Amino acid sequence: MIVAERKSIEEIVEQLAGVRSVLVLGCNECVTVCEAGGKKEVGLLASALRMVFLQQGREVNVGERTIERQCDTEYLEEVRDMMDSFEAVVSLACGVGIQFTAERYPSKPVYPGVNTCFMGAALERGVWAERCQGCGSCILAVTGAVCPITRCAKRLLNGPCGGSTSGKCEISKDVECAWQLIIDRLKALGRLEEYERLSPIKDWSTDRAGGPRKIIREDLRS
Amino acid sequence: MSPKTPSKLEKILRAGHLAVTSECGPPRGSDPSHIVHKAELIKNHVDAINITDNQTSVCRLCSLAACIRLKLMGLEPVLQMVVRDRNRIALQSDILGAASFDIHNLLCLSGDHQRFGDNAQGQNVFDLDSMQLLQTVRRMRDEGKFLGGDPIQRPPAMFVGAAANPFADPFEIRVPRLAKKVAAGAEFIQTQCIYNLDKFEKWMTLVRDRGLHEKVFILAGVTPFKSAGMARYMKTKVPGMDVPDEVVKRMAGTPKDKQAEEGLAICVESIQRLKEVKGVAGFHIMAIEWEERVPEIVERGGLYPRPAV
Amino acid sequence: MRLGYPSSIRIIRVPCTGKVDVLHILRCFERGADGVAVVGCREGDCHYQSGNFRAKKRVERARQILEQIGIGGDRVRMFNLSSSDAPMFVRFAQEIHAAVLSAGPNPIRAARPARGAPTETAARAMAAVNR
Repeated sequence: MIVAERKSIEEIVEQLAGVRSVLVLGCNECVTVCEAGGKKEVGLLASALRMVFLQQGREVNVGERTIERQCDTEYLEEVRDMMDSFEAVVSLACGVGIQFTAERYPSKPVYPGVNTCFMGAALERGVWAERCQGCGSCILAVTGAVCPITRCAKRLLNGPCGGSTSGKCEISKDVECAWQLIIDRLKALGRLEEYERLSPIKDWSTDRAGGPRKIIREDLRS
Repeated sequence: MSPKTPSKLEKILRAGHLAVTSECGPPRGSDPSHIVHKAELIKNHVDAINITDNQTSVCRLCSLAACIRLKLMGLEPVLQMVVRDRNRIALQSDILGAASFDIHNLLCLSGDHQRFGDNAQGQNVFDLDSMQLLQTVRRMRDEGKFLGGDPIQRPPAMFVGAAANPFADPFEIRVPRLAKKVAAGAEFIQTQCIYNLDKFEKWMTLVRDRGLHEKVFILAGVTPFKSAGMARYMKTKVPGMDVPDEVVKRMAGTPKDKQAEEGLAICVESIQRLKEVKGVAGFHIMAIEWEERVPEIVERGGLYPRPAV
Repeated sequence: MRLGYPSSIRIIRVPCTGKVDVLHILRCFERGADGVAVVGCREGDCHYQSGNFRAKKRVERARQILEQIGIGGDRVRMFNLSSSDAPMFVRFAQEIHAAVLSAGPNPIRAARPARGAPTETAARAMAAVNR
């Protein structure tokens, strides 16, 4: 899932200086699962904002709504009527949802209510960790299904570096060395000899380096 | 095998001499006298001088400019290049820049993560890794081609090296990793500082078992301790460093005013023992901000005078 | 035992403090409560295993939010007792009452222009009692 983190209430309040009505718009997908921007978080933020505005002596109408997905136009259309009664939107969706909401409602200022962080998984309740950087050219087949681009701080394709100590990365004892994980995994699979294959120079053009990415599937287009 | 480049370091190694290199860290400012002074201290006792590339991610005068200073003094620099700060365009461009000043030695490194330095909030690049940089230089030199495939007019004539850390984890892949660097094109290796000689000898046995010592010149890295505090720091704070307890104890058990001498003694003893290890082709003496004592280490280590080639 | 506790306290019953959400606590303050005490079973005695531990974390989160928005985090507290321990309940009631008195009225009441602030100055608090 896309993992996001709540922004501080203070930062959101700063963004809303001078606003007289605001819709707090949540998203039912990834941000709900990582408890940063679902219905519950919408309720909490709206309640907190109301109390802040009251104390500031401002009369601000704070609305609450959570839709299925902010990254699909159909669901964004569901709030079209509601949008008319609000001057601005605080979106608790990921960066994708925030931008897509703004694209659908060009005259409404849309403010981010979360910091979108990474694509990751829940290690346990309340703990999420990054697993993929979306480089557009997956090499997990040769790295024992452990991604060095995501999990090595130097994204080394022929690691580990000299800083790997007791299975930990040189940047922190709390970070696992990706290459230690890769080697352990290759060993478990009986494929350790593959470690000696040199990983070729990577084509980063499918990554962020190649500019904004787009996928077109002609078989699916209407 | 006859030398493939005009590198003096390569000539010495191929002639079968034990080579001696040392290193200087560039200043945190633009005054060139600093690097000139350091080089003057050691120039008669070493074959080549490494210039570090923003080591520990602390911003300094650039390695290439400092190498040019050494060239202007008639000395033999080893240009260190980390892949942390430059993409493949900048790396190839800097290699050509170095070659234009006839800098003939290049050491390919990953580089410490920027979190250790004075710009921890910066972006890192890592477009290539150190092995891919080795491949890149070898392609530029041997095939006379850029990575993109276009021909290079006057390709760089560089003797290409890499680092190896026999003490990092996991130990079992440390020799396979060296084999990978050799396959990627490394011709010489400068190792991490060696304090755990037993472990290094074990590593060298595995290196010889695979015949790697015949494919690459291995320069054993040594660093003298200035104090017991430095020994403890290296043991506990520097990732991938292996300082045995007895070495720390030996330093700590020496009176404070004699610790520097004891550190030098340990360094000299290490060199004498490592000289006997088959496959060790020379020494890389990293006297961190202590260049003035390098000549003494070289002399007491029985590595002086340096051969003329 | 007919023990008295401050009359400004209104009790809201919930099946388990694990049912109490951060939002419930915030809503109390939005509507003018001066303080909230969440009263659960003793730690380790939860009939639903971990309800009171969940409540403890939610109370902490509510405290943080209330602190951030200028209402004051000290107005909300978690207490743990055995359901038969009436004297302890009275002590807790007096404690939240005292905390609320020292924090003063909920600034939200004064800030609401239309409805006007309630006249009584005594603290109003809600307690969620686990049964």
